[in-house]
Amino acid sequence: MPLLEVKNLCTSFFTDAGEVKAVNDVSFNLERGKVLGIIGESGSGKSVTAYSIMQILAGTGKIIGGSIKIDGQELVGIGEKSMKNIRGNRISIIFQDPMTSLNPTYTIGKQLMEPIILHTNRTRAQAYERAVEMLRLVNINEPKKRMKQYPFELSGGMRQRVMIAMALACEPDILIADEPTTALDVTIQAQILELMADLQKELGMAIILITHDLGVVAQMCDEVIVMYAGSICEQGTADEIFYNPCHEYTKGLMRSIPTADTAGNKLHPITGTPIDLLNMPKGCPFAPRCDGAMKICIDHRAQGMQINDDHYATCWMNVKKGLDSGDIILDEEGEDNE
Amino acid sequence: MSNELPLIDVKNLKQYFNIRTGMFRSKPLKAVDDISFSIKKGETLGLVGESGCGKTTVGRTILHLYKPTAGEIWYDGNKIETKSDIQKFRKKATMVFQDPYSSLNPRMTVSDIIGEPLDVHGLYSNKKERMEKILNYMDLVGLNSEHAARYAHEFSGGQRQRIGIARSLAVDPDFIVCDEPVSALDVSIQAQVINMFDELQDKLGLTYLFIAHDLLVVRHISDRIAVMYLGHMVELASAAEIYDHPLHPYSKSLLSAVPIPDPKVARANQRVVLTGDIPSPLNAPSGCPFRTRCRYACDKCAESMPELDEVSTGHFVACHRLAEIND
Repeated sequence: MPLLEVKNLCTSFFTDAGEVKAVNDVSFNLERGKVLGIIGESGSGKSVTAYSIMQILAGTGKIIGGSIKIDGQELVGIGEKSMKNIRGNRISIIFQDPMTSLNPTYTIGKQLMEPIILHTNRTRAQAYERAVEMLRLVNINEPKKRMKQYPFELSGGMRQRVMIAMALACEPDILIADEPTTALDVTIQAQILELMADLQKELGMAIILITHDLGVVAQMCDEVIVMYAGSICEQGTADEIFYNPCHEYTKGLMRSIPTADTAGNKLHPITGTPIDLLNMPKGCPFAPRCDGAMKICIDHRAQGMQINDDHYATCWMNVKKGLDSGDIILDEEGEDNE
Repeated sequence: MSNELPLIDVKNLKQYFNIRTGMFRSKPLKAVDDISFSIKKGETLGLVGESGCGKTTVGRTILHLYKPTAGEIWYDGNKIETKSDIQKFRKKATMVFQDPYSSLNPRMTVSDIIGEPLDVHGLYSNKKERMEKILNYMDLVGLNSEHAARYAHEFSGGQRQRIGIARSLAVDPDFIVCDEPVSALDVSIQAQVINMFDELQDKLGLTYLFIAHDLLVVRHISDRIAVMYLGHMVELASAAEIYDHPLHPYSKSLLSAVPIPDPKVARANQRVVLTGDIPSPLNAPSGCPFRTRCRYACDKCAESMPELDEVSTGHFVACHRLAEIND
C-alpha cells in the first residue's frame, strides 16, 4: 500500500467571477522514503494540490471530489478536529517564504515547541530539549541562544532551517516542501537542499517537493509530476521526464532553460501566456500554446497514456507517433487500442 | 574591438550609506567598495553575486540614482559630474527593474507609462508623434496597439515586463541596466523575455549591464561576467571562461551551487557547499571579504584586501592564494 494515495482530486475556488478549477482530476501515489517533485508554472495548481492534502485552503477554496488516503486512512471529509492530529504530526509543510511564515512576535523557541507539545506527550522541559535537538539537527549554531531570539534576528537561510526543524519536530511521514528555496540565494539553496536530502535519508520520510526550478528537481527527485492548468500532463521517474519527455509542454519547458550549449544562441520559449483558469477550453489546456497542436487537441482532452512501466503522459502526440510508426492500429470505431 | 573606447567606464566606484547605529552615532555601510570595470559598445556584462553583495547598488549608482561616494563614471569618453551631464546621460542610459508588479504605476495606462520618459525629455513635437513613438516601442517588444489604453494590472507578469522594457527603450538609449529583469517570471516566459533582450540588442545595438542571480540566465546572455562579493569584485572574465575555469574560490562554490537540470549530471556533481551566511556589510571582515567562508583562508587574507589582478588575458581575479588553490 502506498504511503499517500491521491485519487481524482478536484479542488475549486468559488470566486465572484465564477468557479476556478485549480486542481482538476489529479491522481498520484507516494511511496515511503521517496522524493516526488511537482513542477509547473505559477497558477498550474501545484501549491493548491499541496494545500488540499493539508486541507489548509483559503476560505473560498474547497475539495469538490476525489480522495486522499494516508496509509489507507481517508482524509477528505474527516473534519477539522481529526485533521489537526494529522497536520504537523503525520504530514508537515514548509512554505516558500521563510520571512513571512514565522510569527514575528514569538521567539523561535516558542514556535518550535508548539507542535511538539501539541502532538506528543512531552513535558515543557522535554519539548525544550527536543527543540534544541532539532535546531542542532538542521545545523544551526548556538541553538540555545537561538531559542530565545526572534525571527527578525535570523537570516533567510536560518529561518528556512527553523521552518524545517519545526516541520520535522514530530517526525512526520510526509514532508511537503512548497518552493522551499525559491526565496534564497543559490549558495544557501544548496545548503538547504543538501540538508533536506540528508534528513530524508536519516529519518526515512517521504518528500513532496514543489518547485518551478528544473535544476532542483533533477538534483532531488526520484519521481516527477508536471502540472499545467490544474491537471497532470506528465508523470514518471526523473530520468524518464528529463531524457524522454512525452508531453509537448514538458518538452517546451526543457527547451526553455538556458544551458552551456545555448550561450550565444536563441532559446526556444513556449509561445503565448498561461491559460485563464476561468475560461478553460474543452480540449487540451496546452493546445493554444502548443506548436504541434492538432485538431483533436482542440476538441478532446487526452487521457493518461502509459508510455512505459511508470511513465504517463496526456498528449495526443504520443498516439500520432504510435500511428505513424505502426505501433497503434485503429479499430473499426476509430478508437485507439494500445 | 579591444582598441575601441568603452561605452561605460567605471573607475574606483564607492558607494557608502550612512546607517544610524545610535542616537548620535552612525556607521558607513560599504555597499560598493572600490569597483572598476568598463563595458564596450554592444557588449553585455553580467553581474552576479548573492543578495546583499551590492550588485543592484552598482547599477543604480552608475545611473546616478545614488550620488556616488567616490569614484568616476565615464560615458562615451565624457566624465559624468554636473547635473546637466546627468540629465543628458539619463537620455542615453535607462533601467529595467526586477519586479514587473511594483515598477509600473497602477493608475497609468500603458501608453502613459511608455510616454512618460518622452514627456520628461521632450522627445516629440506633437501629440501624433508621441503616440506614433509609443506604438512603435510597443510593437518592438511584442505588444499589440490595442493594449495602449489598458492598465498594467490587466497584464500577466511577462507582458508587464515587456511594458517596462518598452518604457526603458522610449528615450532611444544606448545603455540599459537590467536589474534582475527575468527573476520574477516563469521559466517559459523567462525564455521569451531573454530572447527579446537578445533581439533588441541586435536590432538597436544596445549595451547591457545584466544583473541577476540566476547563473544559467547570466551565462546565456552575457559576453563577460563579473562576480561580486560583499561590495567587492572578486572575479571578472568572459562568460565561457568563468564557467569553465573559475579561479576565485567564491566563484567556484557559487557555480557548483547551481542546480543543473539534468538528473545524471546532478547526481554526479561534486559540490563545494559554502558554509554559513554572507556577513553583514556593516561588520565586514578585515582584508579579503570572503575569508570567513573560504576554505583556503590564511593570515595574509585577514591583513590585506587582495588586488584584482589580470591572470590571463581578460581574466581578472582578486585572491591572495590563487597559485596554491589552482595548482
